[in-house]
Amino acid sequence: MAMAGGYQRNAPGDGEFSRMQMRDVKVCLLGDSGVGKSSIVMRFVTGTYRPALESTIGASFMSKSLIVDGTGYRFQIWDTAGQEKFRSLAPMYYRGAAAAVIVYDVTRPHTYKSVKGWIQELRSFGPQDIVIAIAGNKCDLEDLREVTEKEAQEYASSIGAIFGETSAMTAVNVEEMFTALARQLPPEEVTSHTGSTINLRRQASKQDPKKKRSCCGGGGGGSPSGQGSLSHGAEPSRRQGNRLA
Amino acid sequence: MAAHGEADQLGTTSDSDQGELNETDAPGKSEDAILFASDDFDNLTYEGLAEEAQKPVQKGTIHAIVRQSSNDVDSRSNTPNNIDHDSSEVSAGEESVEETAEQAQITPRADNTEVPDTVDASRIEIEEEDAYNPEWKNQKKHVFILSASGKPIYSRHGKEDKLVTIMGVMQALVSFVQDAKDQLRSIVAGQHKFVFLVRDHLILVGVTRGMDSTQQMLLQLMYVYNQVISVLTHSSLNKIFKQRRNYDLRRLLTGAEKFFDNLLNLMDTEPGLLLTAVRCLPLDSSVREIIAQSIVQNAKLKDLVFALIIVKNQLVTLVRMKKYYLHPMDLHLIINLVNASESFKDAESWTPICLPKFDASGFVQAHVSYLDNDCEVCLLLLSVDRDSFFILSEAKDKIKARLIRYNALQAINASIKRTSYSTQQCGIPDLRHFLYKARSTAQYTSPELEAPYTEPAEQERLFGMYLYLHHRIHTSGRPLKILFHVGEYETLLGWVTQGFELYAVFGPLITKTSAIHAVNKLLRWIKREEDRLFILNSVTF
Repeated sequence: MAMAGGYQRNAPGDGEFSRMQMRDVKVCLLGDSGVGKSSIVMRFVTGTYRPALESTIGASFMSKSLIVDGTGYRFQIWDTAGQEKFRSLAPMYYRGAAAAVIVYDVTRPHTYKSVKGWIQELRSFGPQDIVIAIAGNKCDLEDLREVTEKEAQEYASSIGAIFGETSAMTAVNVEEMFTALARQLPPEEVTSHTGSTINLRRQASKQDPKKKRSCCGGGGGGSPSGQGSLSHGAEPSRRQGNRLA
Repeated sequence: MAAHGEADQLGTTSDSDQGELNETDAPGKSEDAILFASDDFDNLTYEGLAEEAQKPVQKGTIHAIVRQSSNDVDSRSNTPNNIDHDSSEVSAGEESVEETAEQAQITPRADNTEVPDTVDASRIEIEEEDAYNPEWKNQKKHVFILSASGKPIYSRHGKEDKLVTIMGVMQALVSFVQDAKDQLRSIVAGQHKFVFLVRDHLILVGVTRGMDSTQQMLLQLMYVYNQVISVLTHSSLNKIFKQRRNYDLRRLLTGAEKFFDNLLNLMDTEPGLLLTAVRCLPLDSSVREIIAQSIVQNAKLKDLVFALIIVKNQLVTLVRMKKYYLHPMDLHLIINLVNASESFKDAESWTPICLPKFDASGFVQAHVSYLDNDCEVCLLLLSVDRDSFFILSEAKDKIKARLIRYNALQAINASIKRTSYSTQQCGIPDLRHFLYKARSTAQYTSPELEAPYTEPAEQERLFGMYLYLHHRIHTSGRPLKILFHVGEYETLLGWVTQGFELYAVFGPLITKTSAIHAVNKLLRWIKREEDRLFILNSVTF
């Protein structure tokens, strides 16, 4: 599994590629407790669904490979715990992530409100080029719906995030979302191996001088609201209003 | 119950009575203990606690380990890594407090709306309060956690927010006595004992009408307090309440209720918590050696402090970093974490846990995974490096592969299926059940529960007798070395020496002489089996 990073990078196109080239993609799932993060991961990875999963403790890790447009992606998924007490650990998981899926529950409006907090936090402290998807889960519970699809869709478009309503129970849009994530990833970079190398590269090539990553003193939730467009403006290359097919 | 019978004690160690007891060799004794308890049940008194409260909590261990490993000469540039680790640790703490401050401003508003409600509509409240519910009242043991300002945090039975009034009374009692520069320890009212533990910003109250003594209840409250620390750390608990005295701690403990519930249930059924000792899964010492070696060979990683395998609340093996010991109370919290969580069975997990006796100020990170498909054999790798998940995950794969190659996983599974052992195997006819704790290694052994202790009610009664025996022997005012107690349905013998604690239950008709004879025989049997029942060698990385 674990490849020796140095050799790979120095010798592209070697015999190593007799297998399919896999691109490692670190994804983390964020969102309030009980919105269905673990159920989505379980649906995606094992194709199963269990009602009333126990709440996740800390974070759990799973991986799954997927072929999108002829390219192999190996998703390394961090399924984080939504509970308040684990909130401060989230940076540990999104710090090195290529993509983040923020999940809310369409039947519980306050879980949707939290999405904005997560977006702000990711914009302020997350990796610069992180691809974000917003998933309105439990869309099978149409009768209990409290958050409209339109509202969430518009918000997602405004910040350039992928959006889709999902159902871990009926499998609607779950795999599609990961496929969309894969398509949104910035063009091939060095497949992540040692964390330090990748960080250096990113800082050297992608960091926007206008944005400072330090000054964490203010805390994640401290920045004023409605600033999503600011960070979006810094990355004009990102396509807007992505919608799952 | 058993207490109603006639008691005949040998409170002294006079030669005439003890002549036949042979305590020269304590089975399960080891100079090289894997677990280490610097304190003991006998030290657990209010005086001891008051003294302890003066002392700073156990902290800095994690930093010491991190610092030390950064001193190691390593090809990888350690420094940025560790600085990162340190700063993220600190910043994580700060962040949570900042958030806390923010939330705290929101919470009181919510609470204020709640409180006037209860005052205005006091009649409705009376109907709603759990305290008026007969079922609630009939519970045998209650445990409450409230903040120093009287905010409900947890109740074992009922919903804590429906117990606002009763928690208010508890807080009033505590602070009334505190006002007089004194400390409320316990109240006895009829059959009920109310035991209070005030620590930092929390008030813990235990109420029982069972056999538990005040001191035993105090121990249980300590476990509960440690469970809170285990979720939050001592430092952040203090920071939170320093910033806002009336903070609603339930916010941060959401989802942790099951750990409290489970811990309290364990305490009522699992003697290990009472004895502050751990039970080991019986295994041939050669198999255990293979398992330990599999861990040492594949997980010799810097920053990895403890690696252990747990099966059904029993310890299979523990490998530790040199110089660092796991306290049995901490190990019980780990066992409780595994025991109470189904979610670990779905995927490899990575979770912070604070081990109060090891370091109350910070988290260690636990890599938790099950090694078998039935999800019974649980491997925990505890590291001080928050970024070591993938390294540990790799180590876990290698450990698993080696355990399979050497049939060790099979041996563990066989031992699980075999059930531990029957009292009959000890070859002592009148012996019904016993608990034996080797003090130097903080491990204990006991046979399976068999007739007449097959029904839950009978098991509860048996546990009550052990509580009684344990209490009588450890009464701080008058500690006993030996206690021979003739009860209505059984005869009890408790015996404590430097090396061990033994609590044995016999049929009601046994004489003192034959009980002593039987106990000597039992000790010889345990000695013969000690390699299988105890972990006698400590393995370090």
